[in-house]
Amino acid sequence: MVAGGGASVIEVRDLTRRFGEFTAVDRISFDVCEGEVFAFLGPNGAGKSTTINMLCTLARPTAGEVRVAGFDVAAQPKAVRRNIGLVFQEQTLDDRLTAQENLRFHAVLYRVPSGEVDERIARVLELVDLSDRRYDLVSEFSGGMARRLEIARALMHVPRVLFLDEPTIGLDPQTRALMWEDVLRLREESNVTVFLTTHYMDEAEYADRIAIIDRGKIVALDTPEALKAAVGADTVDLGTTDDVVAIAALERDGYRVEAVAGGARVFVENGENAVAALIETVGVPVLNVHVHQPTLDDVFLHYTGREIREAHAEVIPARMRAWAGRRH
Amino acid sequence: MSSAALPSKITDDSDTVLRDEVRTTGMVWLRELIRFERTRTRILSGLIQPVLFLVVMGYGMSGLVGTTAGFDFKKFMFPGIMAMSVVTTAIFSGMSIVWDREFGFLREMLVAPTSRASLALGKTAGGASVAAMQGTIMLVLAPLIGVHLTAVLVLEIIGLELLMAIAMTAFGVFVATHIERMEGFQVVMQMLLFPMIFLSGALFPLNKLPGWLSFLTHINPLTYAVAPLRQVVFATQHMPPAAQKRFPASVELFGHTLSIGIEIAIVVVFAGIFIALAIRGFSRTE
Repeated sequence: MVAGGGASVIEVRDLTRRFGEFTAVDRISFDVCEGEVFAFLGPNGAGKSTTINMLCTLARPTAGEVRVAGFDVAAQPKAVRRNIGLVFQEQTLDDRLTAQENLRFHAVLYRVPSGEVDERIARVLELVDLSDRRYDLVSEFSGGMARRLEIARALMHVPRVLFLDEPTIGLDPQTRALMWEDVLRLREESNVTVFLTTHYMDEAEYADRIAIIDRGKIVALDTPEALKAAVGADTVDLGTTDDVVAIAALERDGYRVEAVAGGARVFVENGENAVAALIETVGVPVLNVHVHQPTLDDVFLHYTGREIREAHAEVIPARMRAWAGRRH
Repeated sequence: MSSAALPSKITDDSDTVLRDEVRTTGMVWLRELIRFERTRTRILSGLIQPVLFLVVMGYGMSGLVGTTAGFDFKKFMFPGIMAMSVVTTAIFSGMSIVWDREFGFLREMLVAPTSRASLALGKTAGGASVAAMQGTIMLVLAPLIGVHLTAVLVLEIIGLELLMAIAMTAFGVFVATHIERMEGFQVVMQMLLFPMIFLSGALFPLNKLPGWLSFLTHINPLTYAVAPLRQVVFATQHMPPAAQKRFPASVELFGHTLSIGIEIAIVVVFAGIFIALAIRGFSRTE
């Protein structure tokens, strides 16, 4: 059991996936709680997609065990699929069909009882704010609208877990923000668990918990706040008329200080709240103040020793993707 | 594990499973029809090639072949051209899986908790319906060619077109499941579709071919699908014996003239084989 207190809806134990000599996912274990937004953060090629594919029954684990919604992904793939909603990196809508027709198609394939289909279509379209586009062809949709429709579609069969693989890839920042509003709202309204992968730091911030994955291993797993706290304290840089006097005054009062170019750097628990006290302490006029709180970028750098690359679509050779896919 | 105890909504008794699979097949079928109806330009462009063949080759060859007892080459070609239209559309529809893959929708189908057989059957049924419709549209040209139509003949034609279309759509699905890329599609069309049409008797009589070519026509499933179509059309036309001799409609096998029943049976067998292959191919696709 993990933070959050709810029951585990995803249970991963020693999950491993190898492609020949290459180990894409290396004995990872974690739990995701019911109702949680859980982010898998890592650079391209870290093993995010391979992991999500195994969780969704689209790739077979080389070793280890995964249970989703109580079902074993290897032994009961169909039961798992009925309980999960999937949104892939690439678009998987039929753009010659209307929004409603795409949803109806999905409803039938996922065994939504015929009597409930219309009601659910209305409901999921409302959730992603596309009710007025119900009868429009998907070919007329923008990228952001299409992505929201895919999320709506994934919710048609009331899944326990919604999997989003790089959900905002290829979307402009404004659309990304809107999409996040949708995801957080639908979590509120339908209490669905959300599992997503991303290589955008700012997106991971929306998650309740983040697993940082690098080279097939989970290097850190915690809430965004805890991860940042683990990296270290806030820093406050002070530029003064006399830095030597300022540093001496701060040290006298017990602050941890070091001299940096253009002033004094103070390490404190909460930078923003400490500013007033610091200015009073230095005793000389303060020219400028800069407060820095650790970001997820710092966290990533801290755990992996590298900066995350802001790259676009994950480039996995088609052959390797085919290899990763499982046969039924 | 804690979550295993949670109630599950899934019911798996065989009755509902079968009903759900049939619904799936119906939905995939319906999608093909909706897409067909929405792509009017495709319907139109699907008409151009057969019309071109009929007009250019029909008129061109008519001059060369001449008229036998009032029966000319265009009338001979007409059922063949209809068949060509059906077969082209059928294979195209079956192979549209390649497009589905390219544009991602195939993935939506493949990850669904449904049987692959239902998907393959729906795709086949949908493509076949579309192909039979496309072939039936050709009937508007009948008066121009001087082919006499009756209600019974139209029904016979539609029935035979459907059978032919089912076999060839399933064939298309099967081939498409073995193609990863769009380029492969062109290759298949060039290497399979055109030879199959040319060696089916759709465009010229097969009775005077050299042995090796004759062998190829006899292993071509289309040969047995084109012949019945021609037979039912010819049966309704006024055809003097001289014309019947000049333009034979049936398939000769080992010195015997096959009856229409046998020909249809052969197509049914081919259809069965292709459907089985299509389901197998679809089941192995990822």
